[in-house]
Amino acid sequence: MELLRWDVMRSYLPLYRDAMFLTLRIGWAGILAAIGLGFICALIRHYKIPVLQKIVGIYIELFRNTPLLVQLFFLYFGLPKIGLDIPAEPCGVLGLALLGGAYMAETFRSGLEAVEPIQMESALSLGMTRTQAVLHVILPQAVSISVPAFVANIIFLLKETSVFSAISLMDLMFTAKDLIGLYYKTLECLTLLVVFYLIILLPVSALGSFLERRLRYAGFGD
Amino acid sequence: MKHELIKIESVVKEFGDNRVLDGLSLSVREGEVVVIVGPSGCGKSTLLRCINGLEPIQGGEITFRGQKVDGNSRSIVGIRQKVGMVFQNYELFPHMTILENIVLSPVLVQKRGRKEVEEEAMQLLSRVGLEEKRDSFPRELSGGQKQRVAIVRALCMHPEVLLFDEVTAALDPEMVREVLDVMLTLARQGRTMVIVTHEMSFAKAVADRVVFIDEGSIVEEGSPEAFFEHPGTDRAKRFLNTFTYEKVEKGA
Repeated sequence: MELLRWDVMRSYLPLYRDAMFLTLRIGWAGILAAIGLGFICALIRHYKIPVLQKIVGIYIELFRNTPLLVQLFFLYFGLPKIGLDIPAEPCGVLGLALLGGAYMAETFRSGLEAVEPIQMESALSLGMTRTQAVLHVILPQAVSISVPAFVANIIFLLKETSVFSAISLMDLMFTAKDLIGLYYKTLECLTLLVVFYLIILLPVSALGSFLERRLRYAGFGD
Repeated sequence: MKHELIKIESVVKEFGDNRVLDGLSLSVREGEVVVIVGPSGCGKSTLLRCINGLEPIQGGEITFRGQKVDGNSRSIVGIRQKVGMVFQNYELFPHMTILENIVLSPVLVQKRGRKEVEEEAMQLLSRVGLEEKRDSFPRELSGGQKQRVAIVRALCMHPEVLLFDEVTAALDPEMVREVLDVMLTLARQGRTMVIVTHEMSFAKAVADRVVFIDEGSIVEEGSPEAFFEHPGTDRAKRFLNTFTYEKVEKGA
């Protein structure tokens, strides 16, 4: 007897492909939102904007210290009780964005903190306003410093999408569990699951190392 | 008598309980080269930072051409364009090439044409012997080269005064000269400069006036000849003695 039945696996491929697209769609939408959110939160915290920095601090601690699964349950099953009924897919995007935003914020902030404060003074002494200095001098450096941690976050978030099956989104994990339940082709289903996650994540990983090399080359080190 | 550019009146600067500048007054006239010397921690670097509005002051007033220097006011951006500053550790922007470093502010802040600024930047770079470095990144340059670029970057803003904050203190000894030579040339062109330095022979050569600061106030000021040959105060004498070894006996 064969270890893996290729014909079975081939027949599952379309289902996995659709599931992968769903994972990618929710994943990237959530991650893009997370980057935007994280960026704003990091600036608020780093430049200590009154009131907002407190709110951001609470938000970050809340979402970094609770599991995504719990957050999703809260959004999907909890919010409808107060009349906020969000469909599963936007719910997934929102959950990922909120969790990711908290991680991205801390990543960007450590990047901002790694830029020497005197770089700001150097820019100011050339007549720039604070905003100009942040945009042209501080942010480009902070972003390149945070790239490695940033890519690690993206990979982490894409993997976290596997809990979406819990709010009945037909992502890769859901598809695999569903097929196993129906036909008991456990090994085939799980192998395909691993392969499809690798298809999604290996390119991200490779892009990360490429960016890291490029950005490190473009500056830094006296 | 030439115009007064910078006027510092009884300035007080405190970091917490620590009073760094204690009612210090000083003025700098157009075309004058003022060299500030003094022991470490005497407040000389802080004074430069205050002149550029990088440090808030707790008392007194600093004006540039009659305009009050205040880091939080709207006018500070205009003043800083007229008051260039060169830092001890160069503070070039590491993510930009040499040319981009120089061109950024004139284009962004002064809204000058990029082409015109680039031409001027190249002229200035060639004057300090670095025109072939235009597309290099700061990390590819030696300390002395970086500091010359930093001076060019400040010059390209067409400042009326240049502030130099111990610009050779972080350099290897063999690179000090190339930077000081650039500064000497600028002084000969009649530029107004305020220089904080530990290079006493350079101070002697470049200064129109030497100001000796200790514990946050001016102890002595005068022509370089007078200050270095016949210091009038004991504190100045003691300070100058730390730079010579004439009175040290071998094997003592």
